[in-house]
Amino acid sequence: MSIPLSWYLILSAALFSIGLFGVLARKNAVAILLGIELMLNAVNINLVAFWRYGTGSIAGQVFAIIVFAVAAAEVAVGLALIISVYRRRSTVIADDLDLLKW
Amino acid sequence: MTPDQIIFLFCAALIVSSALMVVTTRNLVHAALWLVAALFGVAILYGLLQASFLALVQVVVYIGAIAILFIFAVMLTRREMRDKGPQINQNWVISALLALLTFAGLAYILSSWDGFSRTAKALPAGVDPLMVLGKALVSPDAFVLPFEVASILLLAALVGAVYIATSSKE
Repeated sequence: MSIPLSWYLILSAALFSIGLFGVLARKNAVAILLGIELMLNAVNINLVAFWRYGTGSIAGQVFAIIVFAVAAAEVAVGLALIISVYRRRSTVIADDLDLLKW
Repeated sequence: MTPDQIIFLFCAALIVSSALMVVTTRNLVHAALWLVAALFGVAILYGLLQASFLALVQVVVYIGAIAILFIFAVMLTRREMRDKGPQINQNWVISALLALLTFAGLAYILSSWDGFSRTAKALPAGVDPLMVLGKALVSPDAFVLPFEVASILLLAALVGAVYIATSSKE
């Protein structure tokens, strides 16, 4: 294990930023959810790296598992919402879904 | 360069390039498949960090369930979005700047932390991290409450997803 912690932290910061760009810039609602998945994975890399390089507490792995569960729940509900919206309005472009604007 | 570092750099290149393809490619099915590649790279990283259980869960839950769910959703909703028109909105320059700024800020804050370049100690011999993890997840003085909250959350998400996605023809 000769990899310094900084490599993992920089990689996860890069992955988080790429996911942020995807969330902000993509038009398609499914693609926005793909960006959120990338950001959640960046968080998980951080959690596991801190577990490995930390002082022996297992909390990092436990919360990585909870992030897995949250990601699964978020994707299930998010995609259900997108499919429901698509069925009613025949679009998944986030800019066109302005029903709540006035 | 040790073998670990070479594997890490290979994985990092795989993750970053696949993630860039996820956010830039025009075809959404391809984007979902690039996401699978990025997730697989993250699974290898977990293996490198000696979190073998998490590597397995990453492959089973993320690649096996979430990515496949994405591919289904793309196929169910992609009729008119196919490859027509730009896939990124007008604000993409601002978004890219914001993402770069986030990365620079994170890198700056992290590099000013004094534990930034610490290296890992060997895991204590005779202690199986997986056993510690399993006990911590069900022990009342550790993490049983977050664990139960996560299971309630999954149940609620299951019910909610089924309710929302059911077609509401009375």
